[in-house]
Amino acid sequence: MKTNIILAGVGGQGILTIAAVLDTAAIASNLYLKQSEVHGMSQRGGAVHSHVRISDKEIFSDLIPLGKADMIISVEPMELLRYLPYLKKDGYLVTDSNPFENIADYPELKTVYDEIKSHPNHILIDAKKIAKDLGNSRATNIVLVGAASSKLPLSEDSLLQAIKTLFVRKGERIVNKNIEAFDKGKEIATEFVL
Amino acid sequence: MKKLLLGNEALAQGAIDAGLSGVYAYPGTPSTEITEYIQKSRIAKALNIHSKWSVNEKTAMESALGMSYAGKRAMVVMKHVGLNVAADVFMNMSISGINGGLVVVVADDPSMHSSQNEQDSRFYGKFAMIPTLEPSNQQEAYDITKYAFDLSEETGLPVLLRMVTRLSHSRSGVEISETQKAQNKVKLPTNSTQFSLIPAYARGLYKNLVAIQPELEKNAENSIYNKLIKGTDKSIGIIASGIAYNYLMENYEDETCPYPILKISQYPLPKKQVKYLFDTCEKILVLEEGYPFIEEMISDFLGEKRNVIGRLSLDVNRVGELNPDSIAKALNLPIEITESKPKVVANRPPELCVGCGHRDLFDAINQLKKEEQSQQVFGDIGCYALGALAPYKSINALIEMGASITMAKGAADAGIHPSIAVIGDSTFTHSGMTGLLNAVIEKTPITVIISDNSAIAMTGAQDSSATGRLISICKGIGVEEDHLKIITPLHKNMEENVDLIRNELNYQGVSVIISQRPCVQLPKEKKDKLKAIKSVSLN
Repeated sequence: MKTNIILAGVGGQGILTIAAVLDTAAIASNLYLKQSEVHGMSQRGGAVHSHVRISDKEIFSDLIPLGKADMIISVEPMELLRYLPYLKKDGYLVTDSNPFENIADYPELKTVYDEIKSHPNHILIDAKKIAKDLGNSRATNIVLVGAASSKLPLSEDSLLQAIKTLFVRKGERIVNKNIEAFDKGKEIATEFVL
Repeated sequence: MKKLLLGNEALAQGAIDAGLSGVYAYPGTPSTEITEYIQKSRIAKALNIHSKWSVNEKTAMESALGMSYAGKRAMVVMKHVGLNVAADVFMNMSISGINGGLVVVVADDPSMHSSQNEQDSRFYGKFAMIPTLEPSNQQEAYDITKYAFDLSEETGLPVLLRMVTRLSHSRSGVEISETQKAQNKVKLPTNSTQFSLIPAYARGLYKNLVAIQPELEKNAENSIYNKLIKGTDKSIGIIASGIAYNYLMENYEDETCPYPILKISQYPLPKKQVKYLFDTCEKILVLEEGYPFIEEMISDFLGEKRNVIGRLSLDVNRVGELNPDSIAKALNLPIEITESKPKVVANRPPELCVGCGHRDLFDAINQLKKEEQSQQVFGDIGCYALGALAPYKSINALIEMGASITMAKGAADAGIHPSIAVIGDSTFTHSGMTGLLNAVIEKTPITVIISDNSAIAMTGAQDSSATGRLISICKGIGVEEDHLKIITPLHKNMEENVDLIRNELNYQGVSVIISQRPCVQLPKEKKDKLKAIKSVSLN
């Protein structure tokens, strides 16, 4: 069993927090993992992505082949679409709905949403608002992990444990806020029939 | 013990565990995290391993050689173009050889994610006639680094360890040792002439280097990192080096590859195994990340006898990095794409951060351009290179570290005025200072703007060697005090800054303007520390 996940966003949006949760949970579950990321120039407000591969067998390539991604998780709606050529037939799309408009020719938002909605397996949520309402807007990415969780090859326990491990240094309050964010994301995702 | 590590981190841990005494480096993507890992390592701190940043790659490599001279194990780390800066010592220390194990780590950047070219460092390894290693995955990055130090001491030569972006910046679980090898004690070279490359000695040493080549080849033939995997279908024999091996295997994850495969992670190229493929297979496909290095070596120049294909023959993409799909294509395997990128997706190139001081500087420069169309701006390497892109488009030329000042000088010599150099603080100390001295000696009419954000910003805001030293360096080089100015690039100072720069553009000699505001990425404590340094340097 191998699961390929592409994480997408804009440099500075913190997609590596999502990667860190998945990595930590995968390693704790004794699974094989490869996770590539982007460092350097693109981190300055450019398009960034991370390839996460989780398997019970040895993984060779650090990059996911085209058409082999089971899921794309994006913290920005247009960035989600950039990686569609990687998506498997009937793969899942999970994204925050808030655009990051740092370019002059950012498309009309409705056309972006329409593209996303044309896919049967999409979860399009305002993760930022959910996180903000919980009193921690920085937990947006964890809301998305929660929303994607039922389709991940990782148990909920392992994901929650990973969140605890990663945030423990920031104190119990932050850990709890992130767990709430995860739960809320998971709950909202059930509104999308998958 | 299994640990989740980036390829770069695995390599760094391997060096620590191999009894490293010092790492020397200048930051550069994709190599930066190697040195940072050692800087942050509690074990490295406890073992007193040197890990402070060097001023440039040349000073780094020379210091590493000095540590090796003293008998200890040293490592020097850089990105591919950094090896050009250090090429002088690199080529010559292969002649002198080493004393303590010396590993040169160079991270190449095929596809130029954060670079201006995709040069392949394996050519440097061959050029210097030293062993070259090329890990294919994170575990090998760890294991091969340990092996590299032993190989260096066994052969008496520096060893080149080549990484590529995708391995440097990809994580995986890595089995690491619980203990570290003890560091070497100080032990001076037994041969008193080994490190004195005057011609009389160098001739003999070069003969030794030539003489040891068959042994290096033997090492590669017997290396556990070069692996010949038998196959049943002899219509193709595949040579796959470094990370290309992974991309190949990805295409056969659920089955066995029918073709014989020679995996290469150690050079010189092992002749015995290559010959086996030639003798048994009809055609050779070479898969290698970077330039067609192996392919060119084993191809028949006129293309008449041997059937070798790869990037040189254009059967695999000639430029840009490889991936599982490019290799699938070369092997005529199907690629199942069901979706295309929707037309609504716009490009999103990198940009200067909101609030960045470089932005206000480029605004000022652009305002002056409106007044004087002949103005030419020579840029340099750093975040401010983004000033070449829209919306600023302020920079007319941008080649490599330090070229801003010297190109501005040459252009001024040719009659261009105003001729402006824009260089960052760290790039200035890396390789701008000597060029400034050139201009000062000739009183060349150029305006040098040092955009000082007190950090090596593009690679993650590491400490800059220039911090607190720019004024005294410029004065020491001989820049006239009346034409050594400081501005603060803020929107509210725009008019004042434009006036000041205009005045200096009109001066018929060397002006240096230090445009000073800390990088917005720096944490608050660091910014506060910089304020204190700034007031000291002004007094």
